[in-house]
Amino acid sequence: MTNGDSSYPVTERLRARCGDGVIECHAHRGDETIVVRADCYHQAVQFLHDDPECDFDFLSDLTAVDRWKLRQSPRFEIILHLYSSRRNARIRLKTRAQDDAAPTVDSIVDVYPAANWPEREVWDMFGVRFAGHPNLKRILMYEEFVGHPLRKDYPVNKRQPLVEERHIPDDRAGMMF
Amino acid sequence: MAVDSQGPGFFTSRLSDGIAWARKWSLFPYPFVTACCGMEYMSVSSAHYDLDRFGAAWPRFSPRQADLLMVVGTISQKMAPILRMVHEQMCDPKWVIAFGVCTCTGGFYDNYATVQGIDRIIPVDCYIPGCPPRPETVLDALMKLQANIQASRHTLTGSVQRPPRH
Repeated sequence: MTNGDSSYPVTERLRARCGDGVIECHAHRGDETIVVRADCYHQAVQFLHDDPECDFDFLSDLTAVDRWKLRQSPRFEIILHLYSSRRNARIRLKTRAQDDAAPTVDSIVDVYPAANWPEREVWDMFGVRFAGHPNLKRILMYEEFVGHPLRKDYPVNKRQPLVEERHIPDDRAGMMF
Repeated sequence: MAVDSQGPGFFTSRLSDGIAWARKWSLFPYPFVTACCGMEYMSVSSAHYDLDRFGAAWPRFSPRQADLLMVVGTISQKMAPILRMVHEQMCDPKWVIAFGVCTCTGGFYDNYATVQGIDRIIPVDCYIPGCPPRPETVLDALMKLQANIQASRHTLTGSVQRPPRH
């Protein structure tokens, strides 16, 4: 707990529902952050969406963090930013994909259809699979691309030319172009 | 006496010069605009800098109607096949100008997504440096290209023998 803010109304409601599935929490100026275990993730999202006291009807963002440089495991963290338009309240929900080699979490497209593209982006850039996603394929990079470029161990200047590069001989003097 | 040993004759060289003169003053650019340099291209095309003075005023958005491919902006690996296709669809003779530092070298995008210079995939006649280039630089490139066209050997069948690079 940080910043001396001791009110955790949403966290407490979620803890009553998910029990020890809530593993961390903190709050800053009334905005709560909750970390849930991966096996409780879908249930927690469903609860935050359905519960009339929470009533988070808008998924404003879904993204991921690679904690590889922190040498932490689980390595991949999924972050949700939820907003309740009726209560004018925000919350940040995090979960951590269990398997570092083949990270997978549940898809929440059935709760928030807006999660469709962000989950594809997270799969494309971080390589986190979403179980139950209706169309999990690359969205920014092309299909032939190898690897997931926002992983911290991906070499940033690696090249994967999609079209064959032109052969340019050393001696250009006699060239047509 | 072999004719070839004396180079082109009077008539063919006059013909080549005439075709070159016609071609250099009637360039039809295909603007392949992808990024911020596009605004600079619009600025050069507008009345203030008046590209029409060089006979290159009318952009054609069909490759078959254009003979000057202006690649304006960053080219990503995902876009590269399309640029290659546009270049292949243009009828000969054709010329290519790389507009801006991203097109020439990838610019500061030294990463997995960006083509590190379009000369890796298509031949380029003229490179315009700068991020973005000054309009004067663009006009200078156009004039250099015109000089290049004038110095090339043209035939009625459409083939162009370009002058060697220096």
